[in-house]
Amino acid sequence: MKVEQISIFIENKSGRLAEVAGTLGESGVNIRALSLADTSDFGILRLIVNDRNKAIETLKERGFTVTKTDVVAVEVPDNPGGLASILQVLDSEKINVEYMYAFVERCGSNAVIIFRFDETDKAIEVLKAKGFHIIEGERLYGI
Amino acid sequence: MTDMIWDPTYECMPREDLEKLQLKRLKATIHRAYEKVPCYKNKFDELKIQPEDIQSLQDFQKLPFTTKEDLRINYPYGMFAVPLREVVRIHSSSGTTGKPIVVGYTKNDIKTWSNLVARFMTAAGVTDEDVVQIAFGYGMFTGAFGLHYGAETIRASVIPMSGGHTDRQIMIMQDYKSSALVCTPSYAITLADRIKKMGINPKDLSLKVGLFGGEPWTEAMRQEIQAGLNIIATDNYGLSEVTGPGVAGECQHLSGMHISEDAFIPEIIDPDSGEVLPPGRMGELVLTTLTKEALPVIRYRTRDITSLNYEKCQCGRTTIRMEKTTGRTDDMLIIRGVNVFPSQIEEALIAIEGCEPHYLLVIDRQDSLDTLEIQMEVTENIFFDEMKKQKSFLEIVKKRVESIIGVSVIVKLVEPGSIKRYEGKAERVVDKRKLG
Repeated sequence: MKVEQISIFIENKSGRLAEVAGTLGESGVNIRALSLADTSDFGILRLIVNDRNKAIETLKERGFTVTKTDVVAVEVPDNPGGLASILQVLDSEKINVEYMYAFVERCGSNAVIIFRFDETDKAIEVLKAKGFHIIEGERLYGI
Repeated sequence: MTDMIWDPTYECMPREDLEKLQLKRLKATIHRAYEKVPCYKNKFDELKIQPEDIQSLQDFQKLPFTTKEDLRINYPYGMFAVPLREVVRIHSSSGTTGKPIVVGYTKNDIKTWSNLVARFMTAAGVTDEDVVQIAFGYGMFTGAFGLHYGAETIRASVIPMSGGHTDRQIMIMQDYKSSALVCTPSYAITLADRIKKMGINPKDLSLKVGLFGGEPWTEAMRQEIQAGLNIIATDNYGLSEVTGPGVAGECQHLSGMHISEDAFIPEIIDPDSGEVLPPGRMGELVLTTLTKEALPVIRYRTRDITSLNYEKCQCGRTTIRMEKTTGRTDDMLIIRGVNVFPSQIEEALIAIEGCEPHYLLVIDRQDSLDTLEIQMEVTENIFFDEMKKQKSFLEIVKKRVESIIGVSVIVKLVEPGSIKRYEGKAERVVDKRKLG
């Protein structure tokens, strides 16, 4: 039920993001979703890719610091109020969202939201019970 | 653990006898320096002191200090107390600015030096069974030759590898079964890092002891080296102007470096006032040589900060022990009027879970206010996917360092490998302030 995301430390200087993208491109890794959290000094680039192990291996070879994190991908209807419906459920169950980002599926009428929760397992249980569709990692990597 | 002692006569001498010996040798040194070295004659005359005025170890405190500047002014041979034909070896300090400091040895000096090094190598546990890999750079620097002679004196097998070529060092270490490693502590960390990266288990190496010197290092670095190389990591101390390595070294109890007091008189002074400080106080180490022929030095200001411990050690030696040097008076940074030693910051960083000793201190001045930025290389252990955790980690580092040095700092993470690695001494400070 969980999705493995990779996070990369990026120093805030020109060309670093391009180097990550270039490194992944050269090794044939495809990026499915991404988000960048940044401060004035550094950024944390979070990626969901088709081949995690290869991505980690090639990035580490180039000297990047990379870690893996479990996140949850939830499908919501791509219409007004879609996101609110999920957040209300989480709030009522007192589950904290550490961060989130979203993308719209290429063919289909749904949006996919990637969540990092403080209690991942509990969040999955609650969302399933409320009828939300959670996307399996394997399906997401292969979109 | 058995405590082997190379020179028990001198290393375990009762203090009363030792002081008699020191005074006798001191008088001879002073006479010779006064007669043979114009610099000393001028200094003594200026203070109206005659060599005969020194009749006790207390009188000795009246003598003027000798400084690095004196050696620089008398470049190259002006401080030698023997004619050049009696000098068999010339070394010099790694002076980065201006002219280097030149030091000379007579044939006898080399013998004495070898024996002094043999003492601390024995104290560290090196015997004639050991294979000693010397990864100090051979050349004008005294470190490599000093340890080389000391190891040969105790009939250990010496591998004169010299510095650098880390992969080759490791290959030799594995194949030749090196049991003792000699290098700078920062290079020992480089070796340990590489060994880990290569997937070698340090327990599969034959190393048992390391003899590290040439730069100040911390207890935390010791722990890291001991774990990374599976050895006992010992500290030793010396400086070219005084003899090179061999002034002092740790025994296996790792509780301070035994000073060879039959060859050197140590004093601790306040670096600002020049006043001699009471036993146990921290200050600048001043050394006087008692056995040097070519280049005797009298009350030489080492600029190294340490303290002396007069208690008898468990190993049986009666000599004074000096603490690890915590920095040099000239390494001391003055930031917003506060004295800060880079080693204090290093100690604070390494004590934080997950931190590795790859850092750079950048000092700058903005709007007439000094800033101190600590750049640390990120590792998986200190990289968090959540910004909140990442920031709180940086906040912990900042608070920890500030509580120790008393100056506010900026802590910045940089990518791995972006801080330059040196095979010899590590450069940790960049001072961008334009003063004056």
